[in-house]
Amino acid sequence: MSLSFLLEIGTEEIPDWMIAGALESLRGQLESLGIAARMDATPRRLVARAEGLPERLPDTEERVMGPRKSAGEKALEGFARKQGVAPSDLSVEGEHYTYLRRKAGRAMIAVLAESLPAIILKITFPKTMYWTGKTGPRFIRPIRWIVALLGSSIIPFELAGVRAGAMTFGHRVAHASACSGGLQSAVPVTIETYEQTLRDNFVILSATERRKKIETEIVALGARLKPDAALLETLVYLTEYPTPILGEFDPRFLELPEEVLITVMRHHQKYFSVEDASGHLAPRFVAVMNTSADPEGLVRRGNERVLRARFNDARFFWQADQRKKLADRVADLAHVTFQAKLGSYLEKTERVVEMVRSLGGNENAQRAARLAKCDLTTELVKEFTELQGVVGGLYARAQGEPEEVWQAIYDHYKPESMEDSIPRHETARLVSLADKLDTLRGCFRVGMAPTGSRDPFALRRAAQGVVKIIVEGGMSIPLEGLIAGDPQLTEFFEERVKFYFRDVRGFAYDEVNAAIGAGWSDLPELAARLLRLQKIRLSPDFEPLAASFKRIKNILRQAGFTGGVFDPALLEPGPERELFDEIIRAAGQPIETMIGALRPKVDLFFDKVLVNAPDPAVRANRLAMLHGLLEQFRTFADFSEIVTNS
Amino acid sequence: MSSFQEIIFKLKQYWAERGCIIQEPYDVEVGAGTMCPETFLRVLGPKPYRVAYVQPSRRPADGRYGENPNRLYKHSQLQVILKPSPADVIDQYLGSLEAVGIDLRQHDIKFEEDNWEAPTLGAWGVGWQVMLDGLEITQFTYFQQCGGIDLDVVPAELTYGLERLTAFLQVKDSVYDIEWAPGFTYGDVRFQDELQFSVYNFEMAEVGTLWKLFDLHEGEAARLLSAYPKYPEKARFPLLPAYDQVLKCSNLFNTLDARGAISVTERVGVIQRVRKLAVGVAQAWADQQGAAQ
Repeated sequence: MSLSFLLEIGTEEIPDWMIAGALESLRGQLESLGIAARMDATPRRLVARAEGLPERLPDTEERVMGPRKSAGEKALEGFARKQGVAPSDLSVEGEHYTYLRRKAGRAMIAVLAESLPAIILKITFPKTMYWTGKTGPRFIRPIRWIVALLGSSIIPFELAGVRAGAMTFGHRVAHASACSGGLQSAVPVTIETYEQTLRDNFVILSATERRKKIETEIVALGARLKPDAALLETLVYLTEYPTPILGEFDPRFLELPEEVLITVMRHHQKYFSVEDASGHLAPRFVAVMNTSADPEGLVRRGNERVLRARFNDARFFWQADQRKKLADRVADLAHVTFQAKLGSYLEKTERVVEMVRSLGGNENAQRAARLAKCDLTTELVKEFTELQGVVGGLYARAQGEPEEVWQAIYDHYKPESMEDSIPRHETARLVSLADKLDTLRGCFRVGMAPTGSRDPFALRRAAQGVVKIIVEGGMSIPLEGLIAGDPQLTEFFEERVKFYFRDVRGFAYDEVNAAIGAGWSDLPELAARLLRLQKIRLSPDFEPLAASFKRIKNILRQAGFTGGVFDPALLEPGPERELFDEIIRAAGQPIETMIGALRPKVDLFFDKVLVNAPDPAVRANRLAMLHGLLEQFRTFADFSEIVTNS
Repeated sequence: MSSFQEIIFKLKQYWAERGCIIQEPYDVEVGAGTMCPETFLRVLGPKPYRVAYVQPSRRPADGRYGENPNRLYKHSQLQVILKPSPADVIDQYLGSLEAVGIDLRQHDIKFEEDNWEAPTLGAWGVGWQVMLDGLEITQFTYFQQCGGIDLDVVPAELTYGLERLTAFLQVKDSVYDIEWAPGFTYGDVRFQDELQFSVYNFEMAEVGTLWKLFDLHEGEAARLLSAYPKYPEKARFPLLPAYDQVLKCSNLFNTLDARGAISVTERVGVIQRVRKLAVGVAQAWADQQGAAQ
């Protein structure tokens, strides 16, 4: 008979962003028990369900080796007694008595009762707590109930003082038995009724269904949202019964910059922003409740009041900050720490201005660099740190700074991710680069390079940003020169360059290695070479030639080639001479032409000519010619890095 | 409609009925109810404890001269400590909201992750900010460590922002407009505090004097702490007075900070100095309680 399985771990509210990972961890562990489970979750429950579990694990057999046939009767009896059988139950195999021990498979319910406590406690979370006492179990939040059923039986186990059972809990407040007065009451379930019982108690178990409910109901509200997939995901896992509502705010707040309004709504209130027909921010928002309805509009009015207070704060800060211009705040940066070992933001600012100047930045670029960090002293950025840069740019604009300057300040933290765009113009790019490079150089100098997953200063992102800006901005920046003198930083950057072209731009890893093998001091040029390499690779001549190059490299290495004088007089007529003539002819031509012309000559050479000629002078001459051939491509790519099928 | 003081009465009554000792505010300036000995020291050790008190909490940098409708130099927290935390702690908490007249079925309540950490106290915990119709009304924390010590028993700490909660219930946009008692607004009672302390903290506090006071209080706390190990009768050693000195230091630090008198390089160092004292008291206290058993 096959059985269904249900496990519900009832907890206090789990942080929304940890839920997906926890489910994956639990699923993997059940899999190791042979259970292929479907996973679901709300903030208060992690749920695994499966069908077709056997009632018992299969029986097993084990052959136990006994005494030799030649051993006496006593030994035979002793062995049989030890196995708990009569001597007649034993059989003979080769020279020994043996006993075939059959072991009945254990009942699945017993296996589960034994394994589930450990499995549950092994679910991985980024942070855990204890709650029953210092030596008690650790989990993300306290476990308050457990439903564990195999068929119609409760899987008997206990964890953190909670006995597994067949009682679940509905929504904290909106559940059906609310009218009975108590806030929380347990509800009995079976595997068959589980999901429906939850639904009756205002819990939608499926995240997909919750997402869909939010989306369709927002459409029904007639609101056009600024799309925000990440916020939607947060709300799906922050609610058990999501219901969106539409609220309004005073249109006069629209005088404040849109960036500020959206940040308040999104980051502080988890509201969606709403657009009008022309794509401008409308004085409305969508909040997602964790309950079924707001018939009297109490929740809507409450949210509107909170937002009004927040917007009032923002307006208060905006106005207060205007009393002191950004330009008058530079000296105040002496009081803002950049990093304990790297001093204040004033010191950083001075270094960045200097770097911008040395990279050829004009007056506007230098001014933007000087003002870029001043918004760290404003009330608005102290309140909304995620708006650093943006607020500085907005203030600079309001204070009449030239467009190039305010835009450079506004953009200088970009790109914030690999999907984000780079700063909008050359001036902004220069400021952004200098700021990031200064951070990288400083942190590496004082020993704060990232290790493993620890990267508290987001140095990987900064370096990736530098690469992206230089490449996509087509900038001629001597990157290797700027980080020279720090081998660790150079190596770190080479890794980031590879990552960018491989993972962000989608080039094959061997193409990236080959192109980087010919240098990466000029990143836009490297990008151009990669594009050509990608095309060249499609030509039928390329891979065979690359394979030959790898062979040449091996030959040179094995021969311990360190250089030598090439003498054309030593060439033999035939394939060797022909190859040489082709090398001479091809020199200076585009790589694309060279490859087609060289490939047959190289093939013929290796087919007919023995590099390791008996005459040492001829051998040395051949090695020198092959080395010369490789050198022709040296500034383009190291073809021996290309992985070929041959 | 309940007045500010009625809401306080109801909450105290509610928690008293659930076995809490009702304490009056601690009489030394603190930045948060957590810093009172009733929380900071009582959470240490294995002894169960349940207490609730209103604590005026001073945050000099948050002063706004009484001009900002939501931000205060001194706001009032209702602090509840349930040690150990009961299994139905969240239901008990939700019950307290009903007790002040919130019909939860008509509102939206969410528990959003918010972990608490106080570096100057060597303390941290995990928990949530409790959001009611989008307004943060309570900080809910399961303490894990205090004074750098892993706690034997995990207490739940509930911190209600009383002004916010009242403004919500009275539907007021400014805390100054909430009714404190019939005929008296919050502004009538507290506006002068907000204005005068803002002027003092931001404009007139004498930096040299404050530093001198800081050094004196720090010295006194350190003197006591260094005497503890050799003191023969541990049970009567004055650790509570030593802790008062630490609280003085903490408030002076906050005032100096608001005054803009603490430079970058000093800041980390001063936090470290306060932390050292707080951790020192906590550890001695744990030892003293252990010795008393």
